[in-house]
Amino acid sequence: MSTETKTTQHQPADPVKKINRRWTRSGGRPRPSSNFELFSWYFFRISGVLLLFFALLHLLIMHLINNVDVITYQFIAERWASPLWRTYDLLLLVLALTHGLNGVRVLIYDYIHARGWRTFAISVLYTVGILFLLLGAQVILTFQPQLQNVAPK
Amino acid sequence: MATQVTLKILRYDPEKDKKAHFETYEVEADPLDRILDVLNTVKWYKDGSLTYRRSCAHGVCGSDAMRINGRNRLACKVLVRDVGGDTGKKIQIEPMLGFKILRDLVVDMDPFFEKYKSIKPYLINYEDAPASSERLQSAEDREIFDETTKCILCGACSGSCPPYWSNQDFIGPAAIVNAHRFIFDSRDQGSDERLAILGQGEGVFRCRTVYNCTDACPRDIPVTKAIEQIRRAMLYNR
Repeated sequence: MSTETKTTQHQPADPVKKINRRWTRSGGRPRPSSNFELFSWYFFRISGVLLLFFALLHLLIMHLINNVDVITYQFIAERWASPLWRTYDLLLLVLALTHGLNGVRVLIYDYIHARGWRTFAISVLYTVGILFLLLGAQVILTFQPQLQNVAPK
Repeated sequence: MATQVTLKILRYDPEKDKKAHFETYEVEADPLDRILDVLNTVKWYKDGSLTYRRSCAHGVCGSDAMRINGRNRLACKVLVRDVGGDTGKKIQIEPMLGFKILRDLVVDMDPFFEKYKSIKPYLINYEDAPASSERLQSAEDREIFDETTKCILCGACSGSCPPYWSNQDFIGPAAIVNAHRFIFDSRDQGSDERLAILGQGEGVFRCRTVYNCTDACPRDIPVTKAIEQIRRAMLYNR
């Protein structure tokens, strides 16, 4: 019996890797029109895992180890004297904000179907998001600790 | 041994009713009767106007998917005793959510099948089949998409999916399952076309991993897993 068709012999593999990648008649592989949804979905997973670490550590330091009444200007000034903590807080800001924005974006696409209202909601979301991102980043990046000027209570 | 069973059925007649409403029926049934048998008893002996789809009545044709006690099931695969009907519990029967109700338990499946067609549910292969034999495939290659070949297009998964309820443009789990069946077929060459369709805004990324579809599937297809495999395929095969 002739077997022109190739049947591959392999051990049971991850089906995802088993996609048959051949060429279309036109010669080229059709590119997905946009990878944005894929990127957004993947970013959700990555930022979620990172936030688990960043947000929990933030919670631990700012709320459990140090009580709220110890967290004063002095405390923050000392903390932000180190570029490490600034980077940490900047990362936390960017990750938490973009993760949250992405979630709201998804909700808008799920529940707002009228084109006009959807565009409006997305515009508001992006405007507010970018504004908060800029405000937060500005504080973290340009904050000048003035330890000597603060008299302890 | 026959017992009294109470059915609460959502009724809607477009010529008479403005809104769907529940009506209660008391019928005699055996604990081993299927819900479809009980519906038949209502239709044949109590109220002939009750309307529902049924064809093979053996879980193969997928006509009688409906919401039984809040979960999408085939009426021909659920026994009275499975839902506690023989112990005096009311059995609530509604048409599936996410579809337009045409009458009583009959819903408009047209958009559902349009979405199904949109993922090209047929073999795409641009090479001629070998003249002397069929397109052969190893048992291992066949195994990869075995689960998703089982779909009977009853719509139970799509009708149980919250994103499908809220967004009528979402392609829905049933169409994705049938895309999976061809995407991972070694004989098929249309994977990229289908992935491009599913990668759009109303495709696989509207799935919120609720797992209702996996619960609803009367053929025990791991629907959510299939959706996840397609998303991973998009990620790794970009």
